[in-house]
Amino acid sequence: MAFIPLSHILIFASILFVIGFVGVVVRKNTLYMLMSLEVMLNAVGIAFIGAGSAWQQADGQVMFILILTLAAAEVAVGLALLIQMQRRFKSLDIDLLSKLRG
Amino acid sequence: MMTLSPIQLMFYLAALLAIVASLKVISGKNAVHSLLYLVVSLLAVAVCFYLMGAPFAAGLEVIVYAGAILVLFVFAIMMFGLGQDETLHAPQISSLSIWFGPSFIAIILLAQLLFVIDSGVLQGKFTSNIISAKQVGILLYGPYLLAVEIASFLLLAGLISGYHFAKPDGQDEHLHLQHPSSEEGEL
Repeated sequence: MAFIPLSHILIFASILFVIGFVGVVVRKNTLYMLMSLEVMLNAVGIAFIGAGSAWQQADGQVMFILILTLAAAEVAVGLALLIQMQRRFKSLDIDLLSKLRG
Repeated sequence: MMTLSPIQLMFYLAALLAIVASLKVISGKNAVHSLLYLVVSLLAVAVCFYLMGAPFAAGLEVIVYAGAILVLFVFAIMMFGLGQDETLHAPQISSLSIWFGPSFIAIILLAQLLFVIDSGVLQGKFTSNIISAKQVGILLYGPYLLAVEIASFLLLAGLISGYHFAKPDGQDEHLHLQHPSSEEGEL
């Protein structure tokens, strides 16, 4: 039997997801947007693990490991792009990227 | 009103800490302080994973997320040189209170960990609904083998693009200059 009801786990995951989403939408600093993306991916992982533990299947943890690799690749590419952006614009403001000129 | 078991109480406490720390992440002014709160949030989520009966995922969360990915963030922030102007303008007294928040939440999580290790009754309950790393490994290298291969391709693509984007601009021209000279050398 599961100790924690699945609905509470899903509520927890959705609260974290909404916090991350608000962070992506509200913040202008690209670094904070990446951190909020991490929070969102983490929330998805919570949902997967909660569902996996509710049905006593290991598939949820497998999906969590795949999300982990996705987050690692995403952070590597995103931070490299941020380093390039800092080098060219001397700032991390996302509004500077609206011009689409090199 | 049903009474909550200790495991449920600990789960709700860790979930509350994760939510508070995540709110501090998105509302922070200094990037390094937000990063500290992000580490604490990930640790709280790892405690939640452990209480959900997934200790393998909890370990991965601590090692890969809080260990590797967050170190990547710290390195990038050090390369940006952010926070220098902010720490100049900020009063020096606030440095103590900034450390207080993350360490307070981390101490609560540590107390939870010690509580679980200490009480044998809880550990006996945990072994009933645990999903072990062995089951995950069997699934990972059985039905999900293709997904693992695709994930490895994704990591390779991340590695190459990270190297390419973070390269300074001058290095491309350097390669261009070297290319004709090597051809001349062959001639």
